[in-house]
Amino acid sequence: MDKDIGAALQERVAAAHAAGTPLCIVGGNSKAFLVDRTPNGEALGVAAHRGIVDYQPAELVISARAGTPLSDIGAVLADHRQMLPFEPPHYGETATLGGTIACALSGPRRPYAGAARDFVLGVTIINGCGDVLRFGGQVMKNVAGFDMSRLMAGAFGTLGVMLEISLKVLPRPACEVTLAQERGAADAIDVMNSWAGRSLPLSATCYDGHRLFVRLSGTETAVESARNHIGGETIKEAGSFWENIREQRHAFFAGELPLWRLSLPPAAPRLDLPGKWLLEWGGAQRWLKSDEESAVVRNAAMDAGGHATLFRGGEGNAERLHPLPPALLVIHRRLKQAIDPKGILNPGRLFV
Amino acid sequence: MSANGRQSEDAITPQKKAALLSALRAILPDAAVLSVAEDLHPYECDGLSAYRQLPLAVVLPADVGQVQAVMRLCHIYRVPVVARGAGTGLSGGALPLAGGVVLSLAKLKSILAIDTRNRTARVQPGVRNLAISEAAAPYGLYYAPDPSSQIACTIGGNVAENAGGVHCLKYGLTVHNILKLEVVTAEGELITVGSDALDSPGYDLLALFTGSEGLLGVIVEVTVKLLPRPERVQVALAAFDDVAKAGAAVAEIIAAGIIPAGLEMMDRLAIQAAEAFVHAGYPVGAEAILLCEVDGANEEVSEHIMQVRRIMQACGAVEVRTAKDEQERALLWKGRKAAFPAVGRLAPDYYCMDGTIPRRRLPEVLRRIAELSKEYGLPVANVFHAGDGNLHPLILYDANQPGELRRTEELGGKILELCVAAGGTITGEHGVGIEKINQMCVQFTSKELAQFHAVKAAFDPEGLLNPGKAVPTLHRCAEFGALHVHHGRLPFPELERF
Repeated sequence: MDKDIGAALQERVAAAHAAGTPLCIVGGNSKAFLVDRTPNGEALGVAAHRGIVDYQPAELVISARAGTPLSDIGAVLADHRQMLPFEPPHYGETATLGGTIACALSGPRRPYAGAARDFVLGVTIINGCGDVLRFGGQVMKNVAGFDMSRLMAGAFGTLGVMLEISLKVLPRPACEVTLAQERGAADAIDVMNSWAGRSLPLSATCYDGHRLFVRLSGTETAVESARNHIGGETIKEAGSFWENIREQRHAFFAGELPLWRLSLPPAAPRLDLPGKWLLEWGGAQRWLKSDEESAVVRNAAMDAGGHATLFRGGEGNAERLHPLPPALLVIHRRLKQAIDPKGILNPGRLFV
Repeated sequence: MSANGRQSEDAITPQKKAALLSALRAILPDAAVLSVAEDLHPYECDGLSAYRQLPLAVVLPADVGQVQAVMRLCHIYRVPVVARGAGTGLSGGALPLAGGVVLSLAKLKSILAIDTRNRTARVQPGVRNLAISEAAAPYGLYYAPDPSSQIACTIGGNVAENAGGVHCLKYGLTVHNILKLEVVTAEGELITVGSDALDSPGYDLLALFTGSEGLLGVIVEVTVKLLPRPERVQVALAAFDDVAKAGAAVAEIIAAGIIPAGLEMMDRLAIQAAEAFVHAGYPVGAEAILLCEVDGANEEVSEHIMQVRRIMQACGAVEVRTAKDEQERALLWKGRKAAFPAVGRLAPDYYCMDGTIPRRRLPEVLRRIAELSKEYGLPVANVFHAGDGNLHPLILYDANQPGELRRTEELGGKILELCVAAGGTITGEHGVGIEKINQMCVQFTSKELAQFHAVKAAFDPEGLLNPGKAVPTLHRCAEFGALHVHHGRLPFPELERF
């Protein structure tokens, strides 16, 4: 199964650069829904470029080819009682490491452990000229050169074809317990942020409109002590609960209404928008099922200090990502130009 | 000593200089524009004092509007700008250019807001690192990155260098602990990067700006994350008769699923110097000591510190000690924190290096450093952030001995190349600046360096922001004649290198 097709990919990109042919990078194709503007270009399949290249549990570092299935990585780490700390959503069995980093997706543990980009230590990419470049490395601390590795996280393949990625990993907690409490929405936002300001072993929070769920992770004694402090009913099927939240299989996510993701300062008060809400990340990630107009949702998010993404559903031609202010848009275009001068990598996917 | 003939490149005509100074004085108070030599001298170097250069002028704007005005002016006059915080950097990143302006952010030193609900602080770039934690302390919060210069260094400089500290393995570097930046571009435009939320639309410019060494923009405001103070902190000290045993203990602690808040190692020379200086009670006969700090919930700390003690003993520690109280904990740390000045007492001068290596390579890297030390006849003490693989070899020398600085720099360069060959990097937290500019040619290919230049040009097409630092020109690499070592693979891989 493991295969290194890096040289073939490099040749394809170099040829595309020479001919000015646009390329559409495809990994496991599990997240195509995230950005609806599918680039018009020849498909460049990277899923065959797979395999774990290096894994040193005591160094807390794993390096794998971009096409490696996320599930393979999870399984190998689990064998050594380690994990990807940002608990990435898969959104499908074919999810690859490269796609996860390209989309910068993080799951329930994100506010307490860090985001996908926080754990990227190094990347090897093919830039838009067909050059194979390596940035960062396999060490925790590295400030030589610009941080091109983290720049790849969330660039949706527009700044390079990722070949290999090195990530920091962490030990799995010895013990995890999930508690549930009945709360009102304002109260839930308030208490999640109070907890986060104290020395408590939090690892996930979610409010479904009635109940606040909180996951505690650490040594058994620490979790027990925090459980007594926080209180509430202990949830039995906690593993599948958090997996359903992460993979958006929870009942909240069903139905045809457009799904908005609002990224806000965690303690931001409840927003006065019509629809159903599900809060995660201590209040920093809020899901809204609503057919309210885009401009209204975006303005409300901006007024609260954040932004809104149309995550699923909505009109086919709708703008999904939150637009950039003009000064930043200019920088984005120049940066794209600097790395992919002919604009052949996933053209049009982001900020045309 | 000046940075290899920069003056000629930066030559400026007297007419242009006079015009620029008068234009600067039109937008800033007279006292905020320094241009005579005696006023410029305090700015001639940063913490890397081996490199000195007087700038054309130093400006001290008092607000963001003035920073923008200075940048617009320098852009019109095509004059390079070197931003400067507290000047504590160790790689010459704030070294002035002869034909350039030094832009001091020292007057922008207000803590603008502390948001206890969202656990953030919004501060100006000239605020000292430690001052943030002090201001947050009444709310039970603190700012995690703690570079050893934290009483003096400023947050703007921390962002420019992606500063670390002794708690990085658990709490990350600057890049992991900031949310938002206000940046003035080379053209004088004010942009916001990041946001008060945990993520922002578009490319991760926050990461790109962090550690960019003043090459992409001037940081004029920073919003940092604050963390709750851990309920309890405990530290254990172990002495070993062999560096390899200490290294094995580090690996075992992490393999046991413990992420220590701090994990520091010192070698024999560093231990002896520290003990003679602060009397921390370190075992002076040891080849290596390991300090392991764990923090968190009370029960977790108790459990982990017992486990750490057992692991240290199992790995052959000749002595293991746990701090009985806060006072003893502070004393154990004092020896480590005073290691640099302590080593400094052993010789007239010392030169601090900053490489990172995969932890498992430590024993062989230290062995090779010892060989190099012998070869060059210069003693080297080693202090190691063992948790994250960041090695600080301190080379002892005497600048008054003819040629000794040159030999020291050569030895330092060899040590950095050794770090690259071991699969590491030439700088873990001090930055490239002017100091490690040649070793960049060893770590990166010419295509990678060309990509860095293209990225810089996207932000600064005229090349006016701290030019000549951090990323070497390809011409310079050709002159240096460096052997590029990629992925730790040297040419002739069959030859043993250590």
